Amino acid sequence: MQPFIDQIISECEILQGLPLWFSYLIFQLIFCGIIFVFVAVFAMLAGYAERRVAGRIQSRIGPNRVGPQGILQSLADGIKVFLKEDIIPTHADHILFRLAPYFIFIGMFLSFVAIPFSSQWVIADLDIGIFYLLAVESLVVIGIVMSGWASNNKWSLLGGMRSAAQIVSYEVPVALTILLVVMYSGTMSIQGIIMAQGAAPWNWNIFQTPFLFVAFFPLFMGSLAEGNRMPFDMPEAESELVSGYNTEYSGFRFVIFFFAEFSNLYLIGALATVLFFGGWQAGPLPDFVNGLLGIETPLSAAIVKNLVELCVFMFKSLCLVFIVIQLRWTLPRVRVDQLMNICWKYLVPVAFFNLVVMGIWMVVVPEYVTDIVALCMTACGVLLLGYFFYRVAWQLKNTKARLRFNPLS
Amino acid sequence: MTESNQPEKVFKTEEMVLNMGPQHPSTHGVLRFELTTDGEVMTKAVPDIGYLHRGIEKLAETVGYVGFMPYTDRIDYVSAMTANQGYAMAVEKLAGIEVTRRAELLRCTASELNRISSHLVGVGSFGLDMGASTPFVHALRERETINDLLESLCGARLTYNYVRIGGVSHDLPTGFIDKAMVFLNHFEPIVGELNRLLSDNKIFIERLANIGVISKEDAINYGLVGPNLRGSGVKFDVRRDEPYSVYPELDFNIPVGLGKAGTLGDCFDRYYVRVEEMRESAKIVRQCLLKLKDLPEGDIMGKVPRKIKPPKGEVLVKVESSRGEMAYWIVSDGSDNPLRLHCRTGSFTSMGIIEKLSRGMMIADLVALIGSFDIVAPEVDR
Amino acid sequence: MDTYLPILIMFVIAGGFAGAFLLLSYLLGPKKPTDSKLSVYECGLNPVGSARERFSVKYYLVAILFIVFDIEVVFMYPWAVNYKNAIKDGHGAYMIAVMGVFFVMLVLGLFYEWRKGAMNWSNQA
Repeated sequence: MQPFIDQIISECEILQGLPLWFSYLIFQLIFCGIIFVFVAVFAMLAGYAERRVAGRIQSRIGPNRVGPQGILQSLADGIKVFLKEDIIPTHADHILFRLAPYFIFIGMFLSFVAIPFSSQWVIADLDIGIFYLLAVESLVVIGIVMSGWASNNKWSLLGGMRSAAQIVSYEVPVALTILLVVMYSGTMSIQGIIMAQGAAPWNWNIFQTPFLFVAFFPLFMGSLAEGNRMPFDMPEAESELVSGYNTEYSGFRFVIFFFAEFSNLYLIGALATVLFFGGWQAGPLPDFVNGLLGIETPLSAAIVKNLVELCVFMFKSLCLVFIVIQLRWTLPRVRVDQLMNICWKYLVPVAFFNLVVMGIWMVVVPEYVTDIVALCMTACGVLLLGYFFYRVAWQLKNTKARLRFNPLS
Repeated sequence: MTESNQPEKVFKTEEMVLNMGPQHPSTHGVLRFELTTDGEVMTKAVPDIGYLHRGIEKLAETVGYVGFMPYTDRIDYVSAMTANQGYAMAVEKLAGIEVTRRAELLRCTASELNRISSHLVGVGSFGLDMGASTPFVHALRERETINDLLESLCGARLTYNYVRIGGVSHDLPTGFIDKAMVFLNHFEPIVGELNRLLSDNKIFIERLANIGVISKEDAINYGLVGPNLRGSGVKFDVRRDEPYSVYPELDFNIPVGLGKAGTLGDCFDRYYVRVEEMRESAKIVRQCLLKLKDLPEGDIMGKVPRKIKPPKGEVLVKVESSRGEMAYWIVSDGSDNPLRLHCRTGSFTSMGIIEKLSRGMMIADLVALIGSFDIVAPEVDR
Repeated sequence: MDTYLPILIMFVIAGGFAGAFLLLSYLLGPKKPTDSKLSVYECGLNPVGSARERFSVKYYLVAILFIVFDIEVVFMYPWAVNYKNAIKDGHGAYMIAVMGVFFVMLVLGLFYEWRKGAMNWSNQA
């Protein structure tokens, strides 16, 4: 953020009259506000998108009444929720019960501070950014356990406990995978990790070595588990635990849990994009767009560049978000012991193995071999993607459309 | 932990008593289980039934033979047609009423269509219990077409009240056979589609394989019926072994559990028997429709006396309902009301074995177990 | 410290908004508490006993496992950051060998817990 603010200040004469720290503060406030609004809007739109995608998958329509194509549905739901009674059970632990949503809400937003949306648009480019992300995301667990325990409801308690066990377990493979990426990039700064990759797919981390490719899956599954997303949505498994840790919550407190879930959706996508898919790297695209628009001034050029990179980052992360949404509506839920088994007996050993072999690989294999491998991996990736689309086409061809009888005939 | 190789024996914590139901998403109605759990693992789950008891059997003693027919819909609202048919057959046997062939074929068609729709609900909601919400909606989408068909046949979509003592209430509407054929052609591949979506799913299979295993002997001893019994590998179907209506002249298979996913008689087998049964039912409906096409127009009601007053005596009639053998026992004292009516249903018999199976299960497994029995709560309590 | 300032700002913004929203919802929402509304949901029955009893130990085992493994993974981060530079300097083999010892110990620990059954949740497996 710093260079970008500097650039704005150097262009803008009014700001030069103000003390430097003051303008910094103002700008950081503004950018934090923008991120806040972004997350809020994203959570709403994700809620809407989830329901629309679900509708599409389940051959029904989904919300389409509030606003054009129902896009304001989440907003309407939010307003409705303000008018709901705020119920705190008599036997609940009042302080913890009230405090839990704050933990979740704040933890969620704090993680977004470190997400780099473009080369310059990142609120806090920390040296230990990826570490910070890991740490802050764990705040959510505390909130969940708190809410489960404070409710004094057995189902909530079970949900909270499950959630704690699950999130905490999947933290290990995720941390190990991130460690692998950190090792490969040689930095813990998120921007550094992105910078170490490139715009072209064969420069992305995921296609660098077979081990990084394999490592993507522990990370992705781990993020799903930490975000309580579908095949791993144990804590709120509605068919088992009624509603899990948020059973007793109502009104806006309840919405906060959902809010966190949907903003987490974006974090899942963003984290994977940052670590494996080259982040905001856009290659020559920004220069091309600048040339196309004929922009001369450095500030406008910088803004356009960042915007293009933002679009690239958004595109990648939203693709992943879309996959996550689709997974939710396709897969059944695993059982809680299977969940633990997947983590400790498969993901953790795989992540360990990856780490060791990757370490040896980095020492033994010379650079040019890595490049060749990366190209081959990319080719494989493209083939895999092609096969995937072939399967999708096959399914589409072989899926029966809804049978309709005209009721009047 | 250093002292023993079995940590669960060393670390015994206080057991928690949990109420699952009457208001719980996966008890399929108002049903209660009292769980004693140690964390996720249950020491036992005791079903507590009676929350949906409406005294239907007692009502029969006051509303009369004809008047009781709509109540049979409410015994098993997911598969009302077979409940209708069973009751009608019992009264016909008691009063010695003949049913025309056309009526029998119509009953059979309607029952089998209803069986498909009931199994669609069972299979779909089982998927929902396992966390897969999409198969449920897809299954209900197909059920909707069956509902449309049955609505065109008898005017009702859920509680049909279609079968009458001595026959059925309506003859086929125009175009029904063609529509039903279109539906069957459409539906048979749909079963494969559901399989691709749900039955072949690795997570789904892992959730169900080797869970709630009921041996052949246990299945018989605990009185399981229908798909639950066949899931354990016992090839018993009232339609084939004690045939009624037009079933003897029809060609269909009795799918049994094969232990495809794990052990014979696990949750997956019971689930898969239902999937296969949908195909068989589709076959039966097809045959019935062809027979109906060839049959000249005729009476749909047999010769029924204006006032049904069966002679003194008692009768036990069994039909194969979607949830298995459904038995009506009627005692007549010669008046216009039955002296006693009892209805034995599939969901009720499957409650008995739950406590035995639930020991050492996890909560999620209990959900799978209940779902695999395809319980309809009003059928448990009546 | 400058780079950490936004985190504080975000903390205040998020906390403030959460508080404001909750206050708003408190002001706008109806307040008609009844006994049954305020009681805990237990599938429609009156709750039996408290939920806060001694709880299954398996969850705590997982927590202990997590603490052990996560902290050890955290120990590896400084190593991982410097690994690439060390390879450039030609110390790569030494670095991986030293870390290898640590890896082996960790994996042995994992294996031990596996065999001890600390990861077995159900009695069936």
